[in-house]
Formats: sequence, C-alpha cells, structure tokens
Amino acid sequence: MSSQFPAGQPNSAQPASAQSVLSPQAAVERALAAAKCDDCVVIADEGSSANLRWAGNSLTTNGVSHSRQLTVIAISRSGDQARVGVVSRAGLRDDQIAELVAEAEHAAADASPAEDAQPLLTPHAAGPAGVAWDSPPAATEIGVFAGFARDLGNAFEVAAGGGRKLYGFAEHQLASSYVGTSSGVRLRNDQPTGRLELNAKSADLARSAWAGLGTADFSDVDVAGLEAGLAERLGWAARSLELPAGRYETLLPPTALADLMIYMYWSAGAKDALDGRTVFSKPGGGTRVGEQLASLPLALRSDPLASGLRCSPFVVAHASSRDSSVFDNGLPRGRTDWIADGCLTALTQTRHTAELSGLPVTPAIDNLILAAPGATGSTADLVSRTSRGLLLTCLWYIREVDPQTLLLTGLTRDGVYLVENGEVTGAVNNFRFNESPVSMLSRITEAGSTVPTLPREWSDYFTRAAMPPVRVEGFNMSSVSQAS
Amino acid sequence: MEQNQAAGEIDPEFTAYPLRDLADAALATARQLGASHADFRAERIRGQQIGLSDGNLETQFDSDDLGLAVRVIVDGTWGFASAVDLTTAAAARAAKEAVDVARVAAAINSEPIELADEPAHGEVTWLSAYQVDPFGISVADKIALLGEWSGRLLAADDVSHVDASLLQVKECKFYTDGVTTALQQRVRLHPELTAVAVGADGRFETMRTLAPPAGRGYEYLTGTGWDFDAELAEIPGLLTAKLAAPSVQAGRYDLVIDPSNLFLTIHESIGHATELDRALGYEAAYAGTSFATFDKLGSLQYGSPVMHVTGDRTAEHGLATIGYDDEGVAGQSWDLIAGGVLTGYQLDRRIARLTGLGRSNGCAFADSPGHMPIQRMANVSLQPAADGPSTSELIAGVTDGIYVVGDKSWSIDMQRYNFQFTGQRFFRIKNGQLAGQLRDVAYQATTTDFWNAMEAVGGPQTYVLGGAFNCGKGQPGQVAPVSHGCPSVVMRGIRILNTVEEAGA
Repeated sequence: MSSQFPAGQPNSAQPASAQSVLSPQAAVERALAAAKCDDCVVIADEGSSANLRWAGNSLTTNGVSHSRQLTVIAISRSGDQARVGVVSRAGLRDDQIAELVAEAEHAAADASPAEDAQPLLTPHAAGPAGVAWDSPPAATEIGVFAGFARDLGNAFEVAAGGGRKLYGFAEHQLASSYVGTSSGVRLRNDQPTGRLELNAKSADLARSAWAGLGTADFSDVDVAGLEAGLAERLGWAARSLELPAGRYETLLPPTALADLMIYMYWSAGAKDALDGRTVFSKPGGGTRVGEQLASLPLALRSDPLASGLRCSPFVVAHASSRDSSVFDNGLPRGRTDWIADGCLTALTQTRHTAELSGLPVTPAIDNLILAAPGATGSTADLVSRTSRGLLLTCLWYIREVDPQTLLLTGLTRDGVYLVENGEVTGAVNNFRFNESPVSMLSRITEAGSTVPTLPREWSDYFTRAAMPPVRVEGFNMSSVSQAS
Repeated sequence: MEQNQAAGEIDPEFTAYPLRDLADAALATARQLGASHADFRAERIRGQQIGLSDGNLETQFDSDDLGLAVRVIVDGTWGFASAVDLTTAAAARAAKEAVDVARVAAAINSEPIELADEPAHGEVTWLSAYQVDPFGISVADKIALLGEWSGRLLAADDVSHVDASLLQVKECKFYTDGVTTALQQRVRLHPELTAVAVGADGRFETMRTLAPPAGRGYEYLTGTGWDFDAELAEIPGLLTAKLAAPSVQAGRYDLVIDPSNLFLTIHESIGHATELDRALGYEAAYAGTSFATFDKLGSLQYGSPVMHVTGDRTAEHGLATIGYDDEGVAGQSWDLIAGGVLTGYQLDRRIARLTGLGRSNGCAFADSPGHMPIQRMANVSLQPAADGPSTSELIAGVTDGIYVVGDKSWSIDMQRYNFQFTGQRFFRIKNGQLAGQLRDVAYQATTTDFWNAMEAVGGPQTYVLGGAFNCGKGQPGQVAPVSHGCPSVVMRGIRILNTVEEAGA
C-alpha cells in the first residue's frame, strides 16, 4: 500500500511560530475560564527526563525528553447524575486550549452517567499542596549525570580489569502536576524520580548480580561501592550447585519483598473486593478488612510525607477507572495503614467505593512501606541466623496466575545463593516460583529492619518503597529455570 | 469536534504541520554541529479508551500525543532528543540537544555506531488497511454498542459482572533521514468483554472474549473480521460450565493448543528469543538475553521439523505491520525458523551492520516521539501445514489430553527458557473427544522441549492472527503492538500444574 505523495505540498495551516508560551498555571486558568459545563477539572502535566543506558561496559542509548500535557475533564450534571468527558492532549498550542475544552464538553454530552459521580472538592477539603502553585517550574537535564557518568566510566574500567561486564540504566525524571477545578481547587506537586540499576556479569554471562536504588538527584550514588558489592556476589558464585524444585526456607531481600507487596497493594481495590472478585473478597459478600493475614505483627502503610519517599499528598486522577475517580481530584492523601499488627485494615478507595463499602476514604498513595515493629538487622544478619535456606537477589516477570488466591508466578534472577550454617556457601540455579503474597504473609517468620529499596520488577511504575529483608517458610519454587 | 475523515487519507491535521520545514531545520542543525548521521521524526498518536463496568460507563479517556524527535550519530556515539512544540526553533533546539547528549555520552562509549545500508526509498506514503476510522465514530455510539453487548451477558443466570473495554489508536508518523521520507498512518483497536461468575461459596471464575486486537478500523466491531454475536452468545454457557468443572489433576498431558492461546506462547518463547539485540546481550540487565545465541544460527534445533516461523512487517491487519520502520527500512517478510532450525533474527540497522548480516529487516521502532527507536518485534507467526488437519481432526488424534483455548496469565524467564501459561478455558480430551472443562490449569515447559514436542500443526483453516497491544521492552520502557498468527497444534507430554495446589491449598 505504498505510493508517492506530492513533494512540497503546502503546509500553511499554522504559522511556524505557533506554540505554547503560557505557563502551566495560566493554561489551567485559561481552560477553566473557557469551560461552559457545570463543573470542570483541568490538569497540566509538565515533565522532563534524562537517561543513560549501558551494556558490556559501554554506553548504548541515551536521551533527554520534555513533555507537556493538558487534560480537561468536563462534567455535565442533571440532578444526581453526572456525565463526564475527558480529553488529554500533548503538544497543545495556546490557541487550541478552548478547542480542547469544547472537545471534552462534547465527549461529556455523548457519555452515559458516571457511576462514581460526586461533588468536586472545595479548596478547604482538598490538598495539601506539594509545592506552592506559583513557584517556578522545575526541570531536569542530562547534566544531572555529570558526576555519575564520570564514576560510571571509572567503574567500567574497574569491572573490565576484573573480567566483569556492567549493564544497567540510570534515569532522572521531574514531573510537575497542576490540578485546578471550577470549585476553586489549585494544587501542585513536583515529583523527582531517579533510579539506578547496575548489573554485573562474568565475561561468559553465566554469573550475574544486581543492585538497584532510588534517588532524588543522583548526588548520593556510590557507583564504586555498588560495583564492589556486585563483584563480591559474583565471587560467591565461584561455587555453583544444582538444586531441585521444592518448597524452601527463603530469605527475601527488600527488593524482592517490595515487588510482591506492591502487586498485593495493586490488587487491594475496594470495588473489586466488594464485587467478590479478589483475594480480599469475603465469601458471601463484603471484604476481608479486619482479618488477620500475617503471623508477625507486620505493618504495611503508605505515607506521602515519608522521608526519602515523598510523593503527592493529593489525588491526581486523569481518568476514572476501577480504582480511581476524576471527581476525587485534589482529595487529601494522608498516612494510611493497610495492614496493622498483621491485620488487614484498609483497601484502596475512591469516595464512591468508600460509600459502597462503608469503609474510610483511603485513596492509593505512591509509596509503600512494610515494617516489623522492633525488628532489627540486615539481610546479612538474617543469613547469619540461617542453618539452611536460599538467599534471593530479586524477582522477575511476576504475573498473576489466579486472582482467587492472588497466586503469582515469576522467576528468581541475578543470584540465588545457598545459605548453610549462617554463611553463603555457593550459587544455585534459578527457579520459577508460584506464590501468593497474601498467603506468604502468614509464613514470614522473621524480619530485619526496614530500608529504602528499588522494586526491581515494578520500577517502571513504582519506585518509592521501603521494606525489610524477611525469612519465609516453604517458599514455593515450582520448577528450575536454566536461565543465568 | 471530530472531523469525519475518509479512510485512505492521512490525517489532515497532522499533515498541516510544517513537517518538511521542521525536518530541514533539525537535519541542517545536526550536520552543522558535526553529526555524521541524523534522522527526524514527527508523530501524532491519538488514543481513546472506553470502559464499562456492568454496563455503566467507568472510563472514557481521549489522548493526543504530538511531538518531534531527532536522533544523531556524532563521532560514533548516539544522541537523542525530543520536543513537544512543532516549530522550526524547537526542531533545531532538539537537534542541538541531541548532539550535546552524544558528546556527554561519548566519554563512556567504546562501540562506534555504524548503520547497515538501506536503499533510498525517496518520498513515500503508507496507510494501514482499514475501512472506518474509529475516531470518526461518536463516543455515544461506542458506549451504546459496548453497553448492549454487556447487557446480553448480564442477562445470563450465572453472570455476576461484566467488564467491557475498547482501546483505539491512530498513529501518524513523518520520518526522514534525507534519502527516505515516509509519511505513514495506521489504525488499530482492541475490543474486549469479560464475564464474571461469583459462586455462593465465594469461588469466582471469568470468561473473556477471544477476539484479538487487530489492525483494522471500526468495521471490526460491526461484522468484518470477527463474529461478536456468535462469541457473546456462547460465553455465558462456557462460564457456567467452567464454574462447575472439576479441578485438573497435575501431571503430563498431550495438548491441543488453539491459536487464541498459542499466539502468546509464540510471542514470549520465539518472538523475544529471536531479537538479535537480546541474543547479543544489549538487553541483558532488563528484558534479558536469549538462549538462541548468535553462534547457534543455522544449527539450533528450536523445534520439531514441522515448525516454520516467519517474521514480517507485511501481514494485512497485523499490529506490527508498517511500510517503513523508524530507520527508513522498508517492511519485509523472512524466515526465523525453518524445518525446526533457527535460521534468522529480527534486526535493526546497527545490529545488522555489527553482525555482518547485511540489510536490516526493519525492526527499529519508538513508541512515541519522546523515545529513541529500539529493536522491536515484527509479526512473528507459525505457519500452518498446506493441507493440514482441522482442529477437531487434531483433537481426534489425542487419547488423553487437554484442549487449551484463549490466553490469560503468562511469564517467562530472562533467557526465554522456562515459561508458564494459563488460558481462558481448558477442555479434557478423552479418546479423541472433548469431555467437558477443567479448572485451575497451567502449563509449564522449557522452550526447546516444548517446540520439539510439537507433533503436528493444523491447516490454513485453523490459522488465526492473534496479538497484543502491550509488548514492553527497553529502558526507558516502551510499549509496542504486535501480531502473531498460528494454526492449532498438537504437543505431546507437556507438564500441567494445578494452580490451587501451587498456591498451597
């Protein structure tokens, strides 16, 4: 279906100078002023990012990018009913803002009534802001890696000298969100997100070790230290053993526990639980809130103000879905206990689902922290207290197998070690696991102290986590994977 | 307001931008600043998502992404930058930024970037095959159709809930590297309905439509390419039977696998394993590598002799089908596995040059103007046997087995050895006949064991082009749509797990 198109066709519809000069705040105000619908929410997103990627001790790809997006949520009300239209556009010119509002209003007129209809929040009920509405825009650029790239270059030399190859990825993002509503809400949050993944392999790629971390600005990254830690782990793999599938006492480091807990958190929506469709549904109706899940007095919580894990203290919802509602834009997000003393205490809610479930309004928050009160010690301390068990590095390709039990499958990756009599005695083959994080909670018999960690599997979507290393009884290694 | 646009015309709102002026500004700036290669992309990507819960509108979201990208090679190092304003000033600025990035990156790059040659294609346009632009249909009509379909399922006794969703995408792309200038547009959509049954004891089961996502227009929802009426009519009965079905006994079984399930196994165990960037280690820290390493090209017995797998950018209605990739390489079709032996890989221009394999087969894509192109999957398809049997003839040849239909859960390791899949429904096969459904089934295997256990492939009458919108790869993460065609097949002696037992119950 290929054909020639005329060369030099006129492109005269817009002058080459047409662009956005309005600030995000002014774009929000212009859109709200243009709205003729009953209620309106406008979200401006401004983003910048820079990244470096490397393989085999050499840089592979890189880039910087900027994004700007304006989302208009038009709401048309009649009685208790509300119809919603949402239109989001990137690269919008200032003279197209009114057109975007009209498109959203048109979509609202086309829509059927929204199930999650609620009044918009008043400025008094919304917030708090992350940063002042009028403060200047924040942005990142490739220079954020200046010191890091130099250290990385040095680490390439050290690794090459030791017969190792380094692979990995560094990314820094700054995202500013501006939420304005026709009810007078004006809230802004600036979110820096940085992450580093460093993977070392032996020259034949047969042995592999991994480390990852989250960082706000890369000023706190010790590349040489990370590389030395990976070199030590590759050394552990000098002795390798084959172990069969089976249920093993297993030490999960913080990153592995984070990936399992995050999936459980994502599966904790109140609506699906009420509908009888999740592991958190109570047979016969209702939810399992109030049930004891863990044998230890574990606490699972989110807190927008958690040190080093700060995230937006208010709801930003571009579209309604099972677990979010555009009517909740600006809703305060405060410290929330999902599990306390090992007992399920809350599910993620919109105001709509909170009404349905009769439970408090507890919206999802962009960080997750698990702690065992009074627990101390590192992964190494857990190793020293282990007579025989497996020590994992991280988990990979985690997918849901059965929502009824929240059975998840996935792989171990970048280092499984055998621990005997308090010491790592060698590296073991990888496994495919089949485990439910919910049933696993009752088999956590020991935890260390909670530390910040990068969730390996989910770090494209979720980077802010703090977890302890834990000991799990009878972790189900379903089969052996030949992958190394 | 929507403009009703005739199929066969590139979105006039996109072509109204001064695309050539932008490209000229970017390429001239890049050359001036010392780039030995520069290419330019401008893209508009429209998306619309509609979701209904039990017939009520839950999600409606329209997105419209617009931007430009400049990729350069300076002194043998890549540089990439993008911008959101489609102005000549922004294009020139992005070119300068890309050169700056290349210069920062040069200090830690030890592999000079060189590209395989590609013939100059001049000025070309390409449109995907569709009849009705979904963005020309009103949201009200779409909600009404999904609502009516939901109502049919909700009316059935055992159906407690129904989810309905419709994803639609329209991509417009302008690419030039100075010798090839391509203006392209493609459309795809994915309608999906899931019925949920919740039993009195709290046990629940789901049954989802098998209609694959397709590179088609709105006609796909109104009778062209799929019979939704027939599929919706059988879902409640299938769901009721699944809820009442016995739990599977774990063990080894012969499997007849339907294309609606097998496409995803092909995707994971062949599609990703034959990406040469992976096999060479460039994705080692993230997506992973491949057991099908470069030294095994021409010798690896990937599967049984009946296995013939192709890669292509040309299948009509394929999700990875396009005229030219993001390096100006024309779409092609080629063998990946012939007679069960690994004979080819998916390539971009850099990897083709690096490995001396000649011309790229056109697998370089970025998912948006904000991302740099990486090697992405072609339509990777298992070919049917020319005069091969029907699915029921394949089932007739199995005495003790399971017939697997529809995809659901999937997971595979970082070298593409060990995988585990579930499905929408599993039928017991006894003495060549279907004997009711089974619950709690997963199959697990090692890739080469699995494909070498393939005894027979069905004929062209069993062939279905399946696919997915959401194939993820790369860092930063990129998402790509891809199709996989295949016939029904017979596999001997595959390990079946009981997922309730796996959960420790």
